[in-house]
Amino acid sequence: MSANGRHIRLLVGLGVVTVLLLGKIFTLQLLSSQYKEDADRNSTVYETIYPTRGVIYDRNGVVLVGNKIAYDILVSPRQVQAFDTLQLAAILDVTPEFIRRKMQEYDKRKSSIGFQDVTMLRMIPAETYLRFDEVKYRFPGFKGQVRGVRYYPVNAGGNLLGYVSEVDQDYIRRSDGQYRSGDYAGMTGIEAAREADLRGEKGYHIYLRNSRNQIEQPYKDGTEDKEAIPGRNITTTIDATLQQYGQQLMQNKVGSVVAIEPSTGEILALVSSPGIDVEQLSDIGKHYADIAGNPYKPMYNRAVQASYPPGSVFKLVNGLIGLQEGVLRPETMYSCNHGYHFGAGHKLGCHGHKSPLNMEESIMMSCNAYYCYVLKNILDNRKWDNVADGLDHWHEYVESFGFGRKLGSDFPAELSGSIPTSRTYNRSYGRGRWNSTTVISLSIGQGEILATPMHLANLCATIANRGHYYIPHIVKASEGVEIDPRFYERQYTMVDTVHFPKLIRGMWRAVNSGPGMGGTAWIAHIDSLDVCGKTGTAQNPRGADNSVFICFAPMDNPRIAVAAYVENGGFGATYAAPIASLMVEKYLKDTVRRHALEERMINANLMDRVKHD
Amino acid sequence: MTEKAHTRQSVDWALIGVYVLLVLIGWLNIYAATHTSEGGSLIAWSSRAGKQFVWMLTAFGLAAFTLFVLPPKLWEAVCIPFYLFVAALLVLVIFVSSDVKGSHSWFDLGPVRFQPAEISKISTSLLLAYVMSRQGYRITRLKDLLLAGLVIAAPMLIIVAESETGSALVYAGFIFVLYREGLSGWWLGVIGLVIGLFVATLTLGAYWAIYLMVGCLVLCNVVMGPPGKRWMHGSVGGAFLLLMALLPSLLGWLCTLVQGRMDALAARVWVPQANESFHYFWSFLLDLKPIVLLLGTCLLSFPWLAWRAYKERDYFLAVTLLVFLLGIALVFSTEYIFENVLQPHQKGRIEVLLGMREDPSGMGYNVNQSKIAIGSGGLLGKGFLKGTQTTFGFVPEQATDFIFCTVGEEWGFLGCLLVIGLYVFLIARLLADAEQCREPFIRIYGYGVAACIFMHLVINIGMTIGLMPVIGIPLPLLSYGGSSLWAFTLLIFIFLALYRDEKKYF
Repeated sequence: MSANGRHIRLLVGLGVVTVLLLGKIFTLQLLSSQYKEDADRNSTVYETIYPTRGVIYDRNGVVLVGNKIAYDILVSPRQVQAFDTLQLAAILDVTPEFIRRKMQEYDKRKSSIGFQDVTMLRMIPAETYLRFDEVKYRFPGFKGQVRGVRYYPVNAGGNLLGYVSEVDQDYIRRSDGQYRSGDYAGMTGIEAAREADLRGEKGYHIYLRNSRNQIEQPYKDGTEDKEAIPGRNITTTIDATLQQYGQQLMQNKVGSVVAIEPSTGEILALVSSPGIDVEQLSDIGKHYADIAGNPYKPMYNRAVQASYPPGSVFKLVNGLIGLQEGVLRPETMYSCNHGYHFGAGHKLGCHGHKSPLNMEESIMMSCNAYYCYVLKNILDNRKWDNVADGLDHWHEYVESFGFGRKLGSDFPAELSGSIPTSRTYNRSYGRGRWNSTTVISLSIGQGEILATPMHLANLCATIANRGHYYIPHIVKASEGVEIDPRFYERQYTMVDTVHFPKLIRGMWRAVNSGPGMGGTAWIAHIDSLDVCGKTGTAQNPRGADNSVFICFAPMDNPRIAVAAYVENGGFGATYAAPIASLMVEKYLKDTVRRHALEERMINANLMDRVKHD
Repeated sequence: MTEKAHTRQSVDWALIGVYVLLVLIGWLNIYAATHTSEGGSLIAWSSRAGKQFVWMLTAFGLAAFTLFVLPPKLWEAVCIPFYLFVAALLVLVIFVSSDVKGSHSWFDLGPVRFQPAEISKISTSLLLAYVMSRQGYRITRLKDLLLAGLVIAAPMLIIVAESETGSALVYAGFIFVLYREGLSGWWLGVIGLVIGLFVATLTLGAYWAIYLMVGCLVLCNVVMGPPGKRWMHGSVGGAFLLLMALLPSLLGWLCTLVQGRMDALAARVWVPQANESFHYFWSFLLDLKPIVLLLGTCLLSFPWLAWRAYKERDYFLAVTLLVFLLGIALVFSTEYIFENVLQPHQKGRIEVLLGMREDPSGMGYNVNQSKIAIGSGGLLGKGFLKGTQTTFGFVPEQATDFIFCTVGEEWGFLGCLLVIGLYVFLIARLLADAEQCREPFIRIYGYGVAACIFMHLVINIGMTIGLMPVIGIPLPLLSYGGSSLWAFTLLIFIFLALYRDEKKYF
C-alpha cells in the first residue's frame, strides 16, 4: 500500500471527524430550540412578587381575617462572607448557635441550594427588620423580604378560619405546578376552602443575572414584568358577633355549636372547642408542636368531624318517619312505665313524666318508651320483607335528612358520621339473628348512630323549614366570587311537609311550657321569641353524658337554627340548651338579657370532666 | 535567487496566516468570555485578555525566533537529551507541584504556571521522528514497533501518573503517525473496535454490542475476505443478523403467546397439578433471554467454523473468529472494568456522556451549560460581547478549556464553521507539507504535529458539544494560557523551520 494512499485515507478520516463535529454543532445550534430556551432561563432570574391574600369578611362586612406586614430573612449562602455572628444574632433576636447551625446546614446542602435564596427566619416583626436593615451592608448574602401575614381582629376561632402555612413537598406535588417551595397556602378552614380565590396570582420582576446570581440589570427594561394580582376577598356567611359569642360560651368546654340560617343554609356560626387561638394562628409553625400535643386536640374541628351519638334529638327523625310511614299518628298514645320493657326483664329506662302521652307530649317531655314503640312499628311493619328490609328503608329516610353522609358543604374536612344498615347488624349478629328489639336504642339516637354537630344543626334547619334544607355553606356569593349552584337548591327529605307542624308544636311546648309542666327545655325560653327545641342526653362511654340541644326560632319564618353539643355536659338542659338559647337571643335580639345565665355558661369549666388519652 | 525571495518562497505563509488568525480569534474570544468579570480592556495586564495579548506577542516573537534565528538542524541533534529532560520534568512535577483539581501537572513559578505535558508533545514528536527516520527502521518489525511504542508510551504513562488522563489521551493520536509510516491497518481497526464495543456495551447492553461486532466482522469478511466466498459469507451472515435483529421482539411475542396459552389453560382446566406441570414445562421460555440465544447460536456454530478455517486455510476467517472471541471477552469484562478499574469521576463523566445519567447540576453541569451556550448561538450568533451564557459566567473554564463555547454562542454556526475550517486547513496543510518533504524526519515530525493538534481539536470541541467526556485539555492556540500557546507555537514553528530548511536545499 503506497504511503500516499495512507495520506489520503488519513485526510478522509479527518474529513469524516470534521463532518461529525460540525453535524453535532449544526444540530445544537440550528435544529434544536431547547438550548435557546435554556439559555434564557439560565440568565434571567424571576423575582417573585407575592400577592396580598384576600381578606375574609363576615356576612355584615366585618373583617374576620386581614393582612399585616412582616419580614422574612433570606440568605444566599454562596454570597455570604465572613461576618460577625454575635452581632447578627443580637440584631435578629436569635442565639448565635441558631445562626451557626443554620449556616452549617446550608453548607451541607450547598449543591442543592446552588445560587438560590433560602429563608432563614420567618415573620420577624417590623422593628427587628428595621434594625437589621440599617446594618445589612455588613452582612452580604443576607436580605429581608416583605411578606403579608394574616391578622385576626375578631376571635372567630382557628378551626373555622383555618391557618395559612408554607406548602410542603407533598402539597406542591398535588398542586400541579400551582405552588413552589416557599409559597403559602391555606391549610384548614375557610383559608383552605377558598384557597383558589384568596391566594391571588404571583407576579414577577425579570432580571438578567450572572452565574453567581448577581443581578446585572432588569430584563428588557422591565417591560416583561408581571404585577401580582391580589387575592379575591371572601364574604363568609358567618356572623362575627355570633361566632365570637359562641367562642365565649364554649370556652373551657369540649364540644361544638353550629348555627344555620334555615332559609338559606348559610352557616352563621361554627364553633369547635377547644380550638386554636387566633393569636397563634398567624404563626402556626411556632405553635404547631404545642397545638398538636394538646390532649384536648384543638386542631380537631368537632363541628364537622366529631361523630357523636345524637341522643334524644334523634327522636324527632324517628317520629317524622313514623308519621310518614303511617305507623304513627299524632294522637297515638303510648304509656311509659319508667321505660320500655321488652323480653325477660330488659328495659330501656325513662325518666318520670306523665303517662300515657301523645306524640306532641312525647317530644315535649322526651319520652324514651314512646319512641321505642315508634321504631318498632317502623321496622316491624308488614310491608317490609323482614326487619332487615325495614331497617334499610329506615336508613334511606334518615339519610334523606343528611345523616350518615357528608352534607357536601364547602367547608373542608367534613366527615359523614354513620347510620347503621342491615349489613351493620348482619355483620355483628349474623343474618336473621337480630330483630327490632336488638336495635331498639336507635329509637333514642343511641347505639350505632353517629352524627356531627353540623348534621344536628342541619336537622334543626330542616325541621324549621318543614321538610327541606339547603346544604350548609360558609361562603356567600360576592363580587368575583361564585358559589356552587347546589347551595341554592332545596334538598327535600322523604317526609312530607304536613307531618312537621305537630312535631314542631311539641318542640315549642318543650321550651315554652314553663317550669314544672314537664317540658324538658324550659330554660331555653326567650320572651317574645317562639323558640322550638329538643333536648338530648347522649351516653358517653367516657364519663358523664353529653349535653345536646337543637332549637330554632322564631317558630314561624325561622331565622336561626342552632345545634349545641357539650361533651360530658350532663342533661341536654344543663349546658347545651342554655348555650343554644343564648346564641338565639344574641342573634335575634342583639343583646342578651339573661345575664345570670350567660355568666354561668361563660364561667362554667367542664374540662376536668373530660377524659382524654 | 535572492535571500529575501527565498524566504518568501520557502516559508509556508498560508500556514502562518492561519496560525495568526486562530491566535487572534482566541484573544478576542477570551476578551468576550471575561470582559464582564474582569473589566473591559483588551490589553491591560490586569485582565486575562490583556495577559493573553502579552502571551500572543511573545509567542509571535518565539515563532519568528524559531523560524528565522535558530538553526533547524539543532532539533534533530538535541531531540534525545531534550526528550529525557522533559521526561525528568514530567516526573519531577508529580512531587513538587501543587494540587490543581486533583492533578499534579503544573509547575508553579510565581506568577507563571506551566505544564511540562505541553512541551512533552514537542519532545515526543521529535524523538519519534528521529527514531523512525533512522536508517533501516521498519515498523513492521516488532522490535522497531515496540521502540516507537516506548517513545510514545513513556510520557503518556508519566502523565497518567500525574492524574492528567485527558492529556495522556492526546498521545493516542501518534497511532496515526505510525499508520502513515506503515503500521498495519488492523491496529487501527482493533483499537476502533475496542472503543466501539466499550461504548456499545455501556449504552446498548451486551446483546447489541455483540450484535454490532458480529455485524462488523461479517461486513469485513464480505468486503475484504477471500473473493470466492463473499457471497456465501454475505448471505449467511446477513440472514443471521436479520434473525438476531428480530430476536428480542420475537422472543417477547413468543413469551406473551405462551403466557396467554397458560392463562387460557388455567382458566379452562381446573386441575392444579396439570396446570402446574404445564407451567413448569413451558416457563423456561419466559426466562430465555435474547443474549442466551445469541451466544448459544454463536458458540454452537463456532467449532464448525473453526474447523472450516483450519481445513481451508482461511486466514481471514480465523482472524475473524479470534477477534470474535476477544470481543466477547471484552464485552463481558467491560462491566467489570467500568465498575472496578475506572475512577469514580471518570466513571461519572462517561456515564453522563453516554446519557446513562441525567445530572445537569453535578457531573453534567459543565457539558450542559456548554451545550446551552453553543446551542443558543444559532446560525449567526448573538454577536461579539453579546453572549449571555459565556459572559455571565455560566460556562465553567470559559476562557480556557471551554473557549469554544464563546465562539459558538457569539459567532454562531458560521463562526464554528470558520474556526473548525481553519483548524482543518491547518492540519491538512501540515500533512500536505509533510508529504512534500523528502527527509523522513521532517515528514514524521510534521505528522506528529498534525496528530497532536487533531487530537486536541477533537477532544476539546467534542467535549464542549457533548460528544466526548469532560477532559480538561485546551483548544490549541485559542484557549487562554501562555504555556499552552507557547508550546503549540513552538510545536508548529519547529516544523515550519524544518520545512523551510528542506525547501532551501531542494
